[in-house]
Amino acid sequence: MDEQNEQKKAGYHHSLRRNMLLTVIIVSITPMILVSALILYQFRISYQEKVYAHLETLVKKHKRNIDNFLKEKLADIRFMSDTFTLEELSDESFLRDRLEALQSEFGPVFVDLGVIKANGVQVAYAGPFKLGKALYSEADWFQKAREEKHVISDVFLGLRGLPHFIVAVRENSNGESWILRATIDFVAFNDLVQNIRIGETGFAYILNRKGEFQTKTLLDVLPTKGPCADFVETGKRVQDRICITEKIDESGNKNLYVTASLKDGDWFLVFRQRTSDAFADFRNAMKVAIVIIVLGGLGITTMAFFLTRRMVGRIAEVDKEKEIMNEQIVETGKLASVGELAAGIAHEINNPVAIMVEEAGWIGDLLEEEEFQDGENLSEFKRALDQIRNQGRRCKEITHKLLSFARKTDSRVQDVQIQDLIEELVSLSAQKAKYSNVTINTDIQPDLPALKVSQTELQQVILNLINNALDAMEKKGGTLDISSQVEDNIIVVEVEDNGPGIPEANIARIFDPFFTTKPVGKGTGLGLSICYGIIKKMGGEIEVRSLLGEGTNFRVSIPLPEERETQSVDSGKSQGTPLSA
Amino acid sequence: MAIAKVLLADDEVPFVKTMTKRLNKRGLHITPAFNGQEGLDKLGKDRGIEVVILDVKMPVMDGIEALREIKQRYPLVEVIMLTGHATVETGIEGMKLGAFDYLMKPCDMDLLFSKVREAAARKRQHENRIIEAQVKKDSARRRA
Repeated sequence: MDEQNEQKKAGYHHSLRRNMLLTVIIVSITPMILVSALILYQFRISYQEKVYAHLETLVKKHKRNIDNFLKEKLADIRFMSDTFTLEELSDESFLRDRLEALQSEFGPVFVDLGVIKANGVQVAYAGPFKLGKALYSEADWFQKAREEKHVISDVFLGLRGLPHFIVAVRENSNGESWILRATIDFVAFNDLVQNIRIGETGFAYILNRKGEFQTKTLLDVLPTKGPCADFVETGKRVQDRICITEKIDESGNKNLYVTASLKDGDWFLVFRQRTSDAFADFRNAMKVAIVIIVLGGLGITTMAFFLTRRMVGRIAEVDKEKEIMNEQIVETGKLASVGELAAGIAHEINNPVAIMVEEAGWIGDLLEEEEFQDGENLSEFKRALDQIRNQGRRCKEITHKLLSFARKTDSRVQDVQIQDLIEELVSLSAQKAKYSNVTINTDIQPDLPALKVSQTELQQVILNLINNALDAMEKKGGTLDISSQVEDNIIVVEVEDNGPGIPEANIARIFDPFFTTKPVGKGTGLGLSICYGIIKKMGGEIEVRSLLGEGTNFRVSIPLPEERETQSVDSGKSQGTPLSA
Repeated sequence: MAIAKVLLADDEVPFVKTMTKRLNKRGLHITPAFNGQEGLDKLGKDRGIEVVILDVKMPVMDGIEALREIKQRYPLVEVIMLTGHATVETGIEGMKLGAFDYLMKPCDMDLLFSKVREAAARKRQHENRIIEAQVKKDSARRRA
């Protein structure tokens, strides 16, 4: 039963601790996480806006650069085709002069120049490759140039086996259409795009409508697969606008793609950067925040853990004390009711005993009559009657003692003869002492002056000391010496046993409430603490000396009432009170 | 002539009967009563009663109440309280109300007997003083 209770209580404390722990942790951590998440979220949004705006501006600028570059080259060629006649340009040496002029003006952007007739045959060529009389009728750009006035081709390898693209302008003269074309150095163009670098992973490339790369890329991105093809789709739709998307590439990394259309929607400038790189600052801030949250959470958890452990420990302690207190209250109540019962029984027994004694007395009276004086058994009768009387008296004594102890505690101060009190208590404990094999010796100084204390309280103290001593010697027996004498207006009562003694460690706590070495349910641990309280109230002292294996000595000293003292107290009082007159 | 006329009031009938016999044998004149009220009634009828032995715990009217009544009506009658209840309080209260003494049951016959004689003697002494005072008063009045 007790074990079950213990378990239940342990379970209760356990769940209490768990609940407290959870509550503290949740209440502390939740706001922290919520606030951090909110701030991070807002920060992310604004940071994203900032990054996007930055990328947009950057891409827009480059788009313009590239567009300008292309337009410029086209304009140069157009200017040339407009300015010079087919005949002039068909002259290869003149064409070479023009190329040199262009190259000296723009650097090695223009690789070569060529003039092509409507049938696709190049009639004149100036440049580093031997491409005179080449046939272009099958080339894409040539097909296109027949329909449109000017063409900028996609990048292709062409006849020379090097990536390049062509700017071509169609002219009409004398009813015959011819085409002036220039090859743009791929490297020079490529630099325009490759120079767009941001962070560690940001780079740009150009795609044509088919999704083919028009520039060299740093990474091997297959043009027709995955996001690139999508850009072509989106690029077609968005036309002039800059479009920013986020996609996961083949290697599983999130990438930001910024797309802008070039060359009136023929090409797309794509800027690509790893999201983690673009948001590196944000990531760092988040990392710091997470570290703080984790550390904070750990701190809170640790603190909550120790705090709740301490609190629940205290609660368990208090619960235990409360339980002991409850036990004590029950015990007291039980004692009180037993006391009342005993008083009632003692009182009821007194009457029949009185009648028996009186009847015996009456027989005794009758035996005095003369007719019985010569009776054979007269002496025997008298002896028997005496015995009845004696036993009746014994009953009376027992009941009187019972009654005087069962009475409610009487804290009225009265004259108490310490000798009578001790003798009464010793006779009361005689039976118990006999069972424990203890001899009680009393050594009381004769004619001790009377104390002015509460008789029942002093009885309680001395009886408690006697009972403790008897309990201590219960197993092996021994001697209990009770002595009393006057020392300097102080009555000293010593109760000394030769029992096992009290260990050093317990001596200091012996007067503490609820301190007991007796098994649970046997002692309340209140006896000596009550004794201490009573003696202190009387203005006295209670001291203990003990040696392990030698015995224990309790010394109670109570000051005698002093006439002078009371007078001085009185006069002190009258001095202290203000005059009412 | 009896040594003293005594009223014995107790609710324990066998106790009263035996005590009556024993005290009568010792030369007292005992009137038994079995509760406080009966005792008062008998006291009213027989004005010669000098000492009352009263049990504290009795039905109808208890000893303390009876004592109060007796002292009010017949202040000269001496009362000895008899108690089965060994409380100082009851004894003190009885003494305060004017009881001559109090004894605890079961009491020693000789002790009780001597207490009764003392009480009777005091009662007579009281009466004599009153008579003397009366005589003095009367003679003083006569002289005047």
